[in-house]
Amino acid sequence: MKQLLRQQLVCYRLQLKVITTSWFDGALAVFFPLMFATATLLIYGVRDDPEAMQFAGLGAAIMGMWTCQGVIASSLLTRERWAGTLELVVAAPTSMGRVLVPTTLALSTIGLYTVVATILWERWVFGLELRIESWPLFVTSVLASALTLAQFGFFLAVTAVRYRASWSLGAALEYPGWLLCGFVIPVATLPDWLHPLSWSIPTTWAMEAVRESAGGGSPWRDLLVCLVLGSAYAVLASFLGRQLVDSARRHATLALT
Amino acid sequence: MTAVEARDLRRTFRTRTGVLRRTATEVEAVRGVSFDIQRGELFGLLGPNGAGKTTTIKMLITLLLPTSGTARVLGHDVVADVREVRRRIGYVFGGDRGLYERLSALDNLRYFSELYGVPPREQKARIGELLEMVGLTGRERERVEGFSRGMRQRLHIARGLLHDPEVLFLDEPSIGIDPVGARELRATIASLIDVGKTVLLTTHYMFEADELCDRIAVIRAGEIVAEGTPGDLKRLVTVGSVVEIETYGVGEAAVADLGAITGVQSVAVEERGQMQVLILHCARDAEVTQAALSRLDGVRVGRVGTREPTLEDAYVELVSRT
Ligand SMILES: Nc1ncnc2c1ncn2[C@@H]1O[C@H](COP(=O)(O)OP(=O)(O)OP(=O)(O)O)[C@@H](O)[C@H]1O
Ligand SMILES: [Mg+2]
Repeated sequence: MKQLLRQQLVCYRLQLKVITTSWFDGALAVFFPLMFATATLLIYGVRDDPEAMQFAGLGAAIMGMWTCQGVIASSLLTRERWAGTLELVVAAPTSMGRVLVPTTLALSTIGLYTVVATILWERWVFGLELRIESWPLFVTSVLASALTLAQFGFFLAVTAVRYRASWSLGAALEYPGWLLCGFVIPVATLPDWLHPLSWSIPTTWAMEAVRESAGGGSPWRDLLVCLVLGSAYAVLASFLGRQLVDSARRHATLALT
Repeated sequence: MTAVEARDLRRTFRTRTGVLRRTATEVEAVRGVSFDIQRGELFGLLGPNGAGKTTTIKMLITLLLPTSGTARVLGHDVVADVREVRRRIGYVFGGDRGLYERLSALDNLRYFSELYGVPPREQKARIGELLEMVGLTGRERERVEGFSRGMRQRLHIARGLLHDPEVLFLDEPSIGIDPVGARELRATIASLIDVGKTVLLTTHYMFEADELCDRIAVIRAGEIVAEGTPGDLKRLVTVGSVVEIETYGVGEAAVADLGAITGVQSVAVEERGQMQVLILHCARDAEVTQAALSRLDGVRVGRVGTREPTLEDAYVELVSRT
C-alpha cells in the first residue's frame, strides 16, 4: 500500500513536470482558457444581467479544466507511442492504470490552476466578482471536479487510442462538452434526448455542485453522483486498458517501428 | 537450468496497403524459431535487416503475442505468466527513442524505478551506481532532450538494469556509441555474465558478437540457419583459411588465373591506395600460397599473409547462401 502510494506520487510529480515543461501544453493550459472565458463573458455581457454573468463566470472557470484534460488525455498514449516509451511502460510489471491515473491527476492539477487563473482574469479584466456563498463547499466541489475529471480522463486515454487519430477525437470532444456539461448554457435548455448524455458525464454533476455551493445551496447530492460516476469510469477504464494492451500485443501496435 | 526456451515460435504481421482499395498483405516475420539459452550464458542472435530478430525478442519479452509456438523465460510462459516474466527481465533497444525528453536523466531513471518496482530504499544507491557505470555521472540533472545519441543509449542501458533483472534482452545496444564507449559497453555486458546474468544480444558488429557471445544463432528470413559457438560457426563454413596478398599493379588476367588454382574458392580485389590486396578464400587444408605467388610472377608483391576466417566471413557466407 505504501509502495503504491509512493509510486503514484512519484509518477504524478514527474508527469506534472513533463506537462508543465512542454510548450504546446503550457500554452493550451495558460492562454486558451482565458480566451474562452473572454469570449463567453463578452457574449453574456451584452445582456447586462448579473445572474447570467455569474452563470457564465462559473462555467468558464470549470471549462478550462475540461479542455485541458480532454485534449491532452485523449492523446496521452499516442504521445507515449511516438516517444517510444509506451513499450517500456507496457513491459513494466505495473498495470497501465497505475501509470495513467497519476498522469491524468497531473492534468487535473493544471486544470485547477486554470480555474484560479480564470477567476482572477474575470475579476481583473471584466470586474466580475463571483458571488460565492460558501467557500469551503465551493472549494470541495472544485476539487471533486478535478478528481472526477482525472478519472474520466483515464477513460478517455484508453478509449481514444483505439483510433489512430486520437488527438482529433480529443479536440472533437472539447466543444460538445462545453454544451453537454452545462458550462455555458443550462443543461435543461438542451433537447431532451441529449439529457442522458449530459448526465453520463461526471463533469456535468461537478459543474452543478459548483453552482449550488456558490449559490448557497447544498452540493452534496451532485457531489455524490459525480464521485460514483467518476469511479465507475475509472473501473471501466482499467478493464478496457487491459483489453487494449492485449489487443496491442496481438496486433503489434505498441511501437511505431 | 534453462533461462530462455523458445519452441517453434512464429509470428505473422498483417499490414494494409492502399487507401481506397485496401488489400491486406501478410508478412511471416518469424517462421518456426527454436532455441535454448542456459543460465549465465551470453547468446547472440545475428541476422540481416528484417530477419526477425526484434520480432523474436518482442515475443520473449511479452510485447508481442506469438502467432503460434511457445516460449518460457526462467520457466514462466510468456503468454500465460506475463507478470512473472516481466519482473525478471530487462529490455534495452538501440536508438534514441524511449525516453522522456522533458525530464532529466535522473528523473527518467526515478520514473522507471517506480514502474519496475525497485524498492524505494534501494533506488538512490542503485541509480547512482548505474549512472557511474554508464558514465553519465555529473550530467544526470540535464534534460534528455539535450543528450547526444550515445548518451541516450547509455541511459537506456542504465534503465534496463534498474531492477537488477536476471535475464537481459539487448537489441542492438551498441548502435550509435563511439568506439571507446562501445568497448566499455562490451566490458559491461561481459561483467553482467560474470555476476550470473543471462543475456540475449543482437548486433550487426561481428567482432562484438565474436568477442562476447558464448553461443550464436544466425537467423535469416525468419528461420535459424546456423547455431553454435563462434568457433563452430567459423568451422561450419567451407572457407578453410583466407590468404591476403598485397600487390602493386596486378592485371585482371592474373586475378582470373589465381581463381583457377585448385583449392581457391574465390578471389576478391580490394583497392588500398597504390596497392591492390588480393583476398583468396581457400578450401580447408588447401595450400595455395606457393602456387599463387608463382602465377604472380612479374607482378610486384608486398606482404603475404594467411589468416583464419573471421566470424564476419562465416556470417556473410551463411546469410548469402541460397
Ligand atoms: N509491427 C509490424 N507490422 C508489420 N510488419 C512488421 C512489424 N514489425 C516487423 N515487421 C516485419 O517483420 C520483419 C522482421 O522485422 P524485425 O524488426 O524483427 O527485423 P530485425 O531482424 O530486427 O531487423 P533489423 O536488423 O533491421 O533490426 C520485417 O519484414 C518487418 O517489416
Ligand atoms: Mg531489429
